[in-house]
Amino acid sequence: MVEWTEFERTTIQDIFSKMNYDVVGQQSLARCLIVYPWTQRYFGNFGNLYNAAAIMGNPMVAAHGRVVLHGLDKAVKNMDNIKAAYAELSVLHSEKLHVDPDNFRLLGDCLTVVVAAQLGAAFTPEVQAAFQKFLAVVISSLQRQYH
Amino acid sequence: MSLSDKDKAAVKALWAKISPKADDIGAEALGRMLTVYPQTKTYFAHWADLSPGSGPVKKHGKVIMGAVGDAVSKIDDLVGGLASLSELHASKLRVDPANFKILAHNVIVVIGMLFPGDFPPEVHMSVDKFFQNLALALSEKYR
Repeated sequence: MVEWTEFERTTIQDIFSKMNYDVVGQQSLARCLIVYPWTQRYFGNFGNLYNAAAIMGNPMVAAHGRVVLHGLDKAVKNMDNIKAAYAELSVLHSEKLHVDPDNFRLLGDCLTVVVAAQLGAAFTPEVQAAFQKFLAVVISSLQRQYH
Repeated sequence: MSLSDKDKAAVKALWAKISPKADDIGAEALGRMLTVYPQTKTYFAHWADLSPGSGPVKKHGKVIMGAVGDAVSKIDDLVGGLASLSELHASKLRVDPANFKILAHNVIVVIGMLFPGDFPPEVHMSVDKFFQNLALALSEKYR
């Protein structure tokens, strides 16, 4: 069981309640596909990913960014048992999507940069620590059913 | 993943923009690294105060960013240019190279925070590659 402090709970709820999932989803996924181009391997049917401009404007990337953020929302709403909440998602990513789990960390890092840019000075070191702890738990839960 | 001319140009252009705040960036990044990745504190057990914004953290953040700036000027030959720093890290400091990635991540987060308009994904990519090459040059003499 993951232990969350009051500060960590409040911080995570606060960040996500104020977040525009559409914008942050699109920006994070697009950034990941640009900064770490090998992640594009999972999106062969997304059409034009040939350059940064194409990726930024790609509607399928935007739609999928939204899907990912809503997936994260599930963890936000089940902070006391993310492992259980993510059991099916983990099987999906392992058995069906065959995603190398290292990619979760890459996307998480891009999400952190996007959120940092949005929050500016409000993204204090303590807030960053809470956010990255949350992402680490999410990533660990997503990796759980891999075998 | 070696640096293309485009990467080098992007890094130099960004550095010109952010170097006036280099000291602040260094202090912020180091403070965050120590807070978000507590295992990195093991290298600084000899400091009186490890909290973000403390004297030792600010001083050392400045040292680190000074070296980053130097690396930018030697971007065409990082291995050659950073040889003595590599020697220092290999024989004296013996920082596990995994930590270079951690510090780089925190510098990138701080750049994104302080200069959101100057850090689109393409520039982020070039900077990420630069830090990766810097880390490689720094660990060159390890074994």
